[in-house]
Amino acid sequence: MDQAVWLTFLVGVLAATLRVATPLVWASIGEVYTERAGILNLGIEGTMFLGAFVGFAVAARASDAGFGGYLWLGLLAAMAAGVLMALLMGLLSVTLGVNQHVSGLGVTLLGIALSLFGFRLVFGESSVLPSVEPFGQFSIFGDLPIVGQVFKQYLLTYIAFLILVPVAWWVLYRSSFGLNVRAVGENPEAADAAGVDVYRTRYAALAIGGALMAVGGAFLSLAQLGAFSPGIIAGRGWVCIALVIFARWDPVRATLGALLFGAVFALQLRLQTLGFDLPFEAFLALPYLVTILALAIAGRNAPYPGAYLKPYRRE
Amino acid sequence: MSFSIASPAVEMRHITKRFGPVIANDSVDFTLERQEIHALLGENGAGKTTLMRILYGLYHADDGEIRIKGEPVTIHSPKDAIARGIGMVTQHFALAAPLSVTENVILGYTEGFRLGLPDARLRVAEAAQRFGILVDPEALVKDLSVGQRQRVEILKALYRNADVLILDEPTAVLTPQEVEQLFEGLRRLQAQGLSVVFISHKLHEVMDITDRVTVLRGGRVVGVVPTAHTTQSELARMMVGRPTYGVSKPDAARREDVLLRLENVCAEDNQGLPALKNVSLNVHAGEILGLAGVSGNGQRELAQVLEGVRSCTGGRVIANGHDITNAGPDKVMAAGVGRIPEDRHESVVAEMTVAQNMALEHLDEFVRNGMLDKRRIREHAEALIEAYQIKARPDDIIRTLSGGNMQKVILARVLERNPAVLVVAQPTRGLDVGATEYVRQKLLEQRQRGAAILLISEDLDEILELSDRIAVIYEGEIMGVVSPDVDIEHLGLLMSGVHQT
Repeated sequence: MDQAVWLTFLVGVLAATLRVATPLVWASIGEVYTERAGILNLGIEGTMFLGAFVGFAVAARASDAGFGGYLWLGLLAAMAAGVLMALLMGLLSVTLGVNQHVSGLGVTLLGIALSLFGFRLVFGESSVLPSVEPFGQFSIFGDLPIVGQVFKQYLLTYIAFLILVPVAWWVLYRSSFGLNVRAVGENPEAADAAGVDVYRTRYAALAIGGALMAVGGAFLSLAQLGAFSPGIIAGRGWVCIALVIFARWDPVRATLGALLFGAVFALQLRLQTLGFDLPFEAFLALPYLVTILALAIAGRNAPYPGAYLKPYRRE
Repeated sequence: MSFSIASPAVEMRHITKRFGPVIANDSVDFTLERQEIHALLGENGAGKTTLMRILYGLYHADDGEIRIKGEPVTIHSPKDAIARGIGMVTQHFALAAPLSVTENVILGYTEGFRLGLPDARLRVAEAAQRFGILVDPEALVKDLSVGQRQRVEILKALYRNADVLILDEPTAVLTPQEVEQLFEGLRRLQAQGLSVVFISHKLHEVMDITDRVTVLRGGRVVGVVPTAHTTQSELARMMVGRPTYGVSKPDAARREDVLLRLENVCAEDNQGLPALKNVSLNVHAGEILGLAGVSGNGQRELAQVLEGVRSCTGGRVIANGHDITNAGPDKVMAAGVGRIPEDRHESVVAEMTVAQNMALEHLDEFVRNGMLDKRRIREHAEALIEAYQIKARPDDIIRTLSGGNMQKVILARVLERNPAVLVVAQPTRGLDVGATEYVRQKLLEQRQRGAAILLISEDLDEILELSDRIAVIYEGEIMGVVSPDVDIEHLGLLMSGVHQT
């Protein structure tokens, strides 16, 4: 291939990397907060699902009603739905002290089922897939060659990388709330004895996490696709669970993990078109395989939060 | 009110606390004067910790009232207690290990959303200096020794302007030197105006550091005495409710033959880090070899290696003439090793009966026609229950037994086989005085019989009382082997890793 083709290929891969990584960044940072508080929220897949659906349904209806800010309204509604799912997870795992694996999987099943059922209710069985005009892409580098093309991205992508990640890092490590979250996830007895309200802190971390996961889901329906389909999340929530362990519960490392997944994903899309004699499912599986591999290598001896999976009860 | 100046730091009146049918505190009165170091003395289960957890807001009393500096208060949570100037250092330190000292100290005591870590570090360092507590504010708690962690806990309380400090068994995890440092620090803080509640069951420490003593037994106050006007034996009598005799150690029974030999044993802990480094020990027949050391210096791993539940990465273990290096528990037992593990709840099956647990290690001996012989299991249990004075029936679920009776079941199971070698870890931890004496007496009987006993204990008094020789372990290395009439200072130095010169 000559140079121009290579360049186009590279630009395409880089731009797609950022795009694919965006929902993973939102959701895995949400999961980082939840797990740092000591709760493994396996409801992430269902929360992303519900976020994608609620965001899309609200946006579609608002758009039909002629409301100009329909996408933002959809995003807000998705966040609210994410918070509700997180509160349900909190009720089960924090207040009632139910096994977190079971309650998380229950929340995921509920989220997916609610979305599919809701989609039927709202949109019926039309032969045309309903859609909205999604968020547009823009580049902060304007029409510059190469960088302008790589950074032609959605606003939610910019927010994820430029605002969410640094703010999430700062709040976790430099704010009193973040200290409470880390303490509550590490040693809730200590936090309690120091006067921190363990339950409130865990609920707050869950709620923030739920909202971020839902944004991750809504990014797919409101920005990338402008539509909702049953295959929309496709296991991205589970990828985030792995990314968070890979990242050792650090927002910045989780972002790097998301970029790695995004890069492999973008690469395999293009590899499919190069005409290797392999079934396309093999390529599709590639990013997931890389995730498993990365987890197996970097996740060994991962320093799990001390109170991971443990409900807190005063003796 | 002018007279409130002189009112006591803390007054607790008629405090009653029930846990289900158990009365942990029965109308307890407790008064802590200002600038006083006051011991709460009692056996395990006497209600000392419960009373202080009520004061600190971790439990709520069913009845009674609390006054702080003369003012009636209701304490709902530790936050309320902290606001009233009360700090508590619990037995299991309330610290988050991956966080820094500063983060642990300011946790729950921050203003506004921003932590402002650089400022906080300065304030913590300043407070540490003011109270004479040596600790690096930037160190991570997980890198600190147990003694240093305790200092962080005390600093945490003082940083919150506590003028009442509750210490729950603070010396249990310290070397003698660290105990002395702690006491010096407490006296200095007392001079600065601090009042201290010192929860303990160690009489000599109570005599050493406190001004007054409140003795609890079975959830009730037995007496309140000024320390200067009492003696250890009087306190012991109040605490136990009868005179204590201790155990008498017969003359040495040691023979020349070595029944347990460890040669350069190495092993790793659960994190894969070296926990035992070339440990070599010989235990003779008729000898108790005590293994002294601060908690977490490889004692647990050593016990597990000898019990057959942890592999060695190097070295050899010879017991009773058999090489049991990396042998499983069955081979270890077959070689004649009896095992009293550290956690008795892990050495029994909690939901099974006393009789079943007694037969468990040698089920093959209770088989008839390929089926378990229930009658023999039961008769076996009845015989042991009688011989070892266990307060239980064969069909009782073992979980429902007291610690002392559970330990007797394990003891009976092991000792009935007259093991040539005994590996005993923390045999009296959490037991009351009566059960403790019983267990120690039994160990001494085994020594007279000619067993080689390795006694692993974090209770230094126990080691000194029972051992014929004492090996000291520090960070997985044997620092030296000394006689039990060793100078306690010297022993303390070995326990803190200073080599024998």
